[in-house]
Amino acid sequence: MLTKRIIACLDVRDGQVVKGVQFQELRHAGDPGELARRYNVEGIDEVVILDITATLEKRQALARTIGAVAKEIFLPLTVGGGIRSEEDADAAVEAGADKVSLNTAALKNPSLITTLAKRYGSQAVIVAIDAKRRGDHFAVFVRSGTSDADRDAVEWARQAEAYGAGEILLTSMDRDGTRAGFDNEMTAAVSDAVNIPVIASGGAGTFDHFTDVFTQGHADAALAASIFHYAESSVTDLKRHLRQQGIPVRL
Amino acid sequence: MIALVDYGAGNLTSVRKALTTLGAKYETPRDPSACATASGLIVPGVGNFAATAGLEGPWRDTIAEAVRRGTPLLGICVGMQWLFEGSDEAPGVRGLGVLPGQIQRLEGDAEKRLKIPHVGWNALEFKTSTRLLAGLDSGAQVYFTHSFAAPVTSACAAATTHANTFASAVEEGNVFGVQFHPEKSSDAGLQILKNFLAIVAGSKDPALQTC
Repeated sequence: MLTKRIIACLDVRDGQVVKGVQFQELRHAGDPGELARRYNVEGIDEVVILDITATLEKRQALARTIGAVAKEIFLPLTVGGGIRSEEDADAAVEAGADKVSLNTAALKNPSLITTLAKRYGSQAVIVAIDAKRRGDHFAVFVRSGTSDADRDAVEWARQAEAYGAGEILLTSMDRDGTRAGFDNEMTAAVSDAVNIPVIASGGAGTFDHFTDVFTQGHADAALAASIFHYAESSVTDLKRHLRQQGIPVRL
Repeated sequence: MIALVDYGAGNLTSVRKALTTLGAKYETPRDPSACATASGLIVPGVGNFAATAGLEGPWRDTIAEAVRRGTPLLGICVGMQWLFEGSDEAPGVRGLGVLPGQIQRLEGDAEKRLKIPHVGWNALEFKTSTRLLAGLDSGAQVYFTHSFAAPVTSACAAATTHANTFASAVEEGNVFGVQFHPEKSSDAGLQILKNFLAIVAGSKDPALQTC
C-alpha cells in the first residue's frame, strides 16, 4: 500500500535555513546539510529546499546549498523558489534536485510547466500554490505571498495538472507557521479536484494535525518545517503516531 | 568498469551520486561500443517510454549482445520497462525484449483515492529469493514515481500493489530491473545497488575482466 509521505521543508536564505510566520518574521533555524542529515536518520520521506531570497546574485549560493543537502540524503529532493526558466530548472537539477517546484513563473507562463514536464518528465515538476481563504473560495497569491493573482486555487490546480504538473504543493498562507493545523478543507477541495498527488503545507503544530490532513484533508503528503527544525519532535515519533492512528507510513 | 547508459532521458545526477558513494567504477560512455567491454550495464530512465527510442540502433545492438554473453544489466524505472517487449505508453517504440510481456498503464481507484501517477514509498512483496534483493526483507519500502508498469511474470522478483499489482523488481539470469528508484530509496535502495555491484564483481567471464 502506498504510504503517506512526510516531507521536511528547508526555507533557505543566504545558505541558512530560516522560518517565518505567515510568510513574515524570519528566524534562523540551522544549517541545511545538518538538518537534512538528521531528518534522513529519522526517516523523512523527502526534502524540499525553498530558496526564499532567490535573487540573481544568490543563485550560486543556492547551488551550493542543494549540493550540501543532496550529499547527505538518498531521497527525493525538490528545489523551489525563483525558478523562472528552463535554465533555472537545469541549474537546480544539475546541482542535485530531482524535482523542481514552480510558483509565480507557472502562473505567469504555464507553458513552462509543459516544457519542463517534457524535458524531465511530469514526476519532476511540482506546481506550488500559495492560497488564502476568501469567503467560500481559496485565493491564489504569488511573489512570496505578496501579490493577489486573482485566481482560484482549485481551478488553478486543475489547470496545472492539464499543463503537465506531476504534483501540487498547496500552502495555506493563513496557517503558515501558526501551528494551528493544516487547512484541511482547502486541501480536500484541491485534492479531490485533481488526479495528481497533493502535498499539504502550512500549519503543522501537533502530530494529530498530520492525522487530520491525511484523513479529512485527503492529502497524499504533508510538508512541515518548524515542527522538525527545532528538534521539538522527531520524524520517527510522528510516523509511529500516524501508524497507531491507522495511517500507512514508512517506518 | 560499469557503463551507465545516458540516452538523454533526464537526470542521472542521483544515480551517479549513489554509485560514487558506493565506490563503483563507472562511466557514461559516448560510444555504444563501450557496452561491449563493460563489466556491467545500468540503463536508467525517467519520464516517458518514448525516450528509449534514443537506444535504438547501435546502443540496443551492443547491449543485447553483451546481455547474451552474460554481462549483468540493471534497468531502473523506464530502464526496467525497456527490458520488456514494448509499452502501451509509446506503441511505436520497441523494448529490448529480453523479458516477455508488455508495459501497461497503472490503474487508479477514485473511491480509494489511489491516484496516478503512483508517487511515493510503497512495499516490495518478495516473490522468491533473489540476488538483487539480498539483505532486505519482504515489505521493505522504496520510492516510486511512475504511471506505467510491468506485469507480474516468472521474472518477477518482487511485486507491489497500488490499485493493481505490478512487478516492482525483476531478475532473470543476468538481467535485473527495478521500477522504483534505488538511488532515492535511502538505505534499502543503496543495498540493492550494492547487491548489483557485487553481482557485477562476481561475474566470471574473462572477456569481461579486461575493462
